[in-house]
Amino acid sequence: MAEVGEVKGEAKEVKKIATRTAYGKALVELGKVNPNVVVLDADLAKSTKSGDFMKAFPDRFFEMGIAEQDMIGTAAGLAAAGKIPFASTFAVFAAGRVFDQVRQAVGYTKLNVKIGATHAGVTVGEDGASHQSVEDIALMRSIPNMTVIVPADAVETQKAVFAAAEYYGPVYLRMGREEVPVLFDEDYRFEIGKAVMLRDGKDVTIIACGVMVAPALEASEELSREGISARVLNMHTVKPIDREAIETAAKETGAIVTAEEHNIMGGFGSAVAEVVVSTLPVPVEMVGIKDVFGQSGKPAELLEYYGLTSGNIVEAARRAIARKAGKASPARSRRSRRQ
Amino acid sequence: MATYDDSLIAMIEEKARRIRVNIIKAIGAAGSGHPGGSLSCADILAVLYFHAMRIDPKRPDWEDRDKFIMSKGHAAPALYAALAEAGYFPVEELLTLRKLGSRLQGHPDMKKTPGVEISTGSLGQGLSAANGMAIAAKLDKKDTRIYVLLGDGELEEGQVWEAAMTSVHRKLDNLMAFVDYNGLQIDGSVEDVKSLKAVGEKWRAFGWHVMGIDGHDIRQIMTAIDEAKQIKGKPTVAVARTVKGKGVSFMEGGVDWHGKAPNRDQVYKALVELGERIVDGGGVVNG
Repeated sequence: MAEVGEVKGEAKEVKKIATRTAYGKALVELGKVNPNVVVLDADLAKSTKSGDFMKAFPDRFFEMGIAEQDMIGTAAGLAAAGKIPFASTFAVFAAGRVFDQVRQAVGYTKLNVKIGATHAGVTVGEDGASHQSVEDIALMRSIPNMTVIVPADAVETQKAVFAAAEYYGPVYLRMGREEVPVLFDEDYRFEIGKAVMLRDGKDVTIIACGVMVAPALEASEELSREGISARVLNMHTVKPIDREAIETAAKETGAIVTAEEHNIMGGFGSAVAEVVVSTLPVPVEMVGIKDVFGQSGKPAELLEYYGLTSGNIVEAARRAIARKAGKASPARSRRSRRQ
Repeated sequence: MATYDDSLIAMIEEKARRIRVNIIKAIGAAGSGHPGGSLSCADILAVLYFHAMRIDPKRPDWEDRDKFIMSKGHAAPALYAALAEAGYFPVEELLTLRKLGSRLQGHPDMKKTPGVEISTGSLGQGLSAANGMAIAAKLDKKDTRIYVLLGDGELEEGQVWEAAMTSVHRKLDNLMAFVDYNGLQIDGSVEDVKSLKAVGEKWRAFGWHVMGIDGHDIRQIMTAIDEAKQIKGKPTVAVARTVKGKGVSFMEGGVDWHGKAPNRDQVYKALVELGERIVDGGGVVNG
């Protein structure tokens, strides 16, 4: 069972920090307490914010140039020699371009390599589809031994970085470019593989990760105004996924909505659905990118365009509830699913 | 060239012979595997494991050990034969190669096999890992040396050259690479598939200290390793001219023996050529 986490008071003005910014700061803090931590980047240190570590610990920072394959291989060698390397680059390169290196030299070897993947999803914005990773969760979670973490805000990112260093084994950390609301206080508790219940509810459960957690909370508020009680789970660890929290949600709320900034095929929603169908099958509606590539645009415009807003989550929640047994005719629910 | 004692050379030659015998036995028993490229690097492995490297087979995790990375992972039988001969695990275990549940996978698996420093098999990745280990040794101020063996066909992989730049950029003089230049790959000769042209010049242009050696001449291999230790501020590569299938007449220079196991008769013939007394009538062979 997931624990109920503290969400910051709504009265306070919402502070916004990009998770990549938190990543850079967390690496520096980690570097201070753990001399075995080393950081690599492939000519994106300014963007991934690993450059913060470079400034603080130049002897433990390795600029690998525009050579992601070599970076992952070098990280594996460093890990084999007892270091804790954080290899940083954009998600589209970290998971896609170097999939084989991650598979062979990190996953298969189960070496202690941490992959700090920033600029995930369409919120990369104007750079367009070539740089917008919509398939990295699917790729990384398909590799045995890999842990996949998608932090929702700056606080969670900081805690995830420390937790990743504490844990022995490969970890893929997925972070974003854009500023996102700070949702949690410093005393927020983070444990790999353990979902956090941000709101309790009985009619439907919204399970979200990463940048979709904030809109999931907004959606639950909107739904509550309609008299719908929506539980919100922050599933920061996509793998190993918190099966118990999902099964409990299925049992107690009878309908599930997943929300991810990623292709709905093979990604986070699929991971949740795999658990649902093998435990307690209930309607699952997936909010995510519908198997298309992104495009250039402002991050907010792109979230809207690809159906990744709180409003999309609200609609999905209504559909999921309508599909509960006895609530709707099969024909109607089929039609509504096609929206 | 430094002078080496004849008895030392004879010892290493005998180790190389035994590595070759066990390559044939293991691949024969497995019924599949890569004999050509395993036999071509046997002499280099013999020098490394029985002369050059500071290792303790009873303590494969010894922090101050030298490390060897078989980047051309399909030559796993050669690595396994060397490791077994050195005492990392029993020689008899070589006959479990490629069998279900064996510690000796088709390509090296660091999680399963004592002495395997990193898993390889997908070509082009070993030098990057070797760089990582060499960088770590420098960070930790250890005098560990890192050796890596690459195939010639493997040099067609782009990552090798990314890594070659890193080795030089990081001044990894604790790193030595060997290119097992046997001239053949699966689809034909390296020259025909994708010519390496002036391979030594390529490495030199990348900033490496480059040597050309006969990869079957024990003294030349030893000399190259000694010379590499004297080179400061940059890594060394020995481009070793070798013969694919070396030591077994009907395999030598034959592209077909890249990834084909010898049958029972061929195992017998190969072992006789390698001077192995056949005690069990070649009974190590399946079927």
